Amino acid sequence: MAETTSVIGTQNKKGQTYTDPMYLMNEAQRTPCFYTGSEVIKEALRRASCDVMIAYPITPQSEAAALIGELFAEGYIGDYFRGESEFAVMSQCAGAAFGGARVFTTTAGPGTMRAMENFPMWAGARLPIQMIVTCRGINSPLSIQPDTLEIAYLLNTGMLVWHAETAQDFFDWILKGYMVSEEPDVHLPLALCCDGFFVTHTKDVVNLTPADMCLPPYDPYRSPVPCMDMECPPVRMMRDPFVMKSNYISYATHASWQQEIWAAIERSRKHTIKWLNGLIDTENIDSDILIVASGTAVSQGREAIRLLEDEGIRCGLVKIKVLRPWPEDEIREATKHAKHIFVPEFNVTGWLAKEIRATLPNPHRVHAGPRVCGGMTMPPEIIVQEIKTALGMKAESLAGRGS
Amino acid sequence: MSQYRVLPGPEHFLPPAAASMGIRLPNPGEAHINGVIVPEEKGYEEAARQFLMAKVPTIFPGPLVLWAWNEKAAKKAKAVRHLYETLKESVHPSQQAMLIPMPDYRPKYPKIDPEVEINPNHPNLTIWHNKIDVCMFVGVHCHQANLSLKIIRGGTSCYTIAMCAQAGHEDAMLSFRDATYDKIMLLADWVRKLKGSVPPPKITAKGAV
Repeated sequence: MAETTSVIGTQNKKGQTYTDPMYLMNEAQRTPCFYTGSEVIKEALRRASCDVMIAYPITPQSEAAALIGELFAEGYIGDYFRGESEFAVMSQCAGAAFGGARVFTTTAGPGTMRAMENFPMWAGARLPIQMIVTCRGINSPLSIQPDTLEIAYLLNTGMLVWHAETAQDFFDWILKGYMVSEEPDVHLPLALCCDGFFVTHTKDVVNLTPADMCLPPYDPYRSPVPCMDMECPPVRMMRDPFVMKSNYISYATHASWQQEIWAAIERSRKHTIKWLNGLIDTENIDSDILIVASGTAVSQGREAIRLLEDEGIRCGLVKIKVLRPWPEDEIREATKHAKHIFVPEFNVTGWLAKEIRATLPNPHRVHAGPRVCGGMTMPPEIIVQEIKTALGMKAESLAGRGS
Repeated sequence: MSQYRVLPGPEHFLPPAAASMGIRLPNPGEAHINGVIVPEEKGYEEAARQFLMAKVPTIFPGPLVLWAWNEKAAKKAKAVRHLYETLKESVHPSQQAMLIPMPDYRPKYPKIDPEVEINPNHPNLTIWHNKIDVCMFVGVHCHQANLSLKIIRGGTSCYTIAMCAQAGHEDAMLSFRDATYDKIMLLADWVRKLKGSVPPPKITAKGAV
């Protein structure tokens, strides 16, 4: 509906060229760089044509918020400021997005939990805010090491939830994430998660797109709800919840509103598949044994598969890239031949294994583990041990040192 | 492909969002009818046929075409008016074509006046009051259109058409996407083309049935 003309090929104030996103991500020349995950977040944001970044940079989990402050100083971010707390940050992000800005923020662990009330509000208001979640422990005694329990709390907020394995995923998905979440039929916030510390603090080779190319700016006129309008829902709901004032059909409105959020998550499948080349990646899924994982548990699974191959045991891999929308059909198809499905996780509750069990026929095939938590590492040997034990094979114990 | 079909209601106490039932939106150049993807041209013919078969074919223009906030909106509003005039000229005297605006999305207390407007929070009130059996949404923000279309499907037997400027609506029984002035005019052409070839609803002592 908007009177917009294409900005592709024109330049922003920093001299970056607004580039067709498909070309930028798939065809533009890449330069390998050796960066920490936090630095990669900064580099993605440099190319994201972001209007507003709001930070509460107390978290020791990631330097990203501080690094993006440098981007603001360099003139790549429209506006940047610090909120009073994580709750304030997420509320301020909503305000900026209501006003029609492309918004970015980061959080982790206890900060995610403190800000939690805002996430269903973002989704309900159809605000395509992108939030990086560099997962860490959330319970006392606190840990800055990776622990993915907070993702479990995000799964039912109405946000899109993606789980990156590597810094390369992170770089690409930050940019692609805006393309998916800003589609008018989607228009939802994205929680782009990674396992903090492993991804944020370690260095890796990441292939970056040219720094003189950037995404086209966000077009708020494609939003499925009006921009900031105090008289109309969704903003009006916050001062004057119509559900509390009217009769039966208003409850139907509220119910339909919730359904519409989840319908929008469903609609994101088509776009996500296009940009991420599928909701899952697979390797050797004709094997009897499969490892199904997300985040850095995928990397540990790959190492375990290498160790198993040395012993003549064949094992396949399913990497779950996207948690919302949940890749139900893809996981069913990928695991249809498997007799044993192992789900290694960095959290105490095993939320991913529960989701997979609820998805698959013959869920007794799913072995919910191995699991570590509280910031422990997950040596690939314990995945091997779990698999061999389940198969009735002799496995070397890794517990303790013994005598 | 999903076996679910998007059909006139009343469907359920709380009908599901069609997207959650596996209905997918059309790609550019396509439309959907009852959740089945069809070439856009087929959508025009079916929409025109539904309008001409209806007792009270109605257009619900929303704020994106009611207010002249840019030149494109003003031009599109003219096309909507033209479609309405064409519809009025093309239906039998026993049929009553209507044009009822959805000027905004504010909740109206204690309730809306269904004679003069439709509201996304209570769209069924306007449908019931005016006995509307076929309607078309145009110029309504997508989220509000989806709410309305689903509530209408849940609580009425009205056939719904969406002339959407973005990606379309699964919750309508028939949806176009990427709506422009030209597409609305093309629909008017189809109404004129099918005029006289579609039987109007039967007339009884109680009116049209």
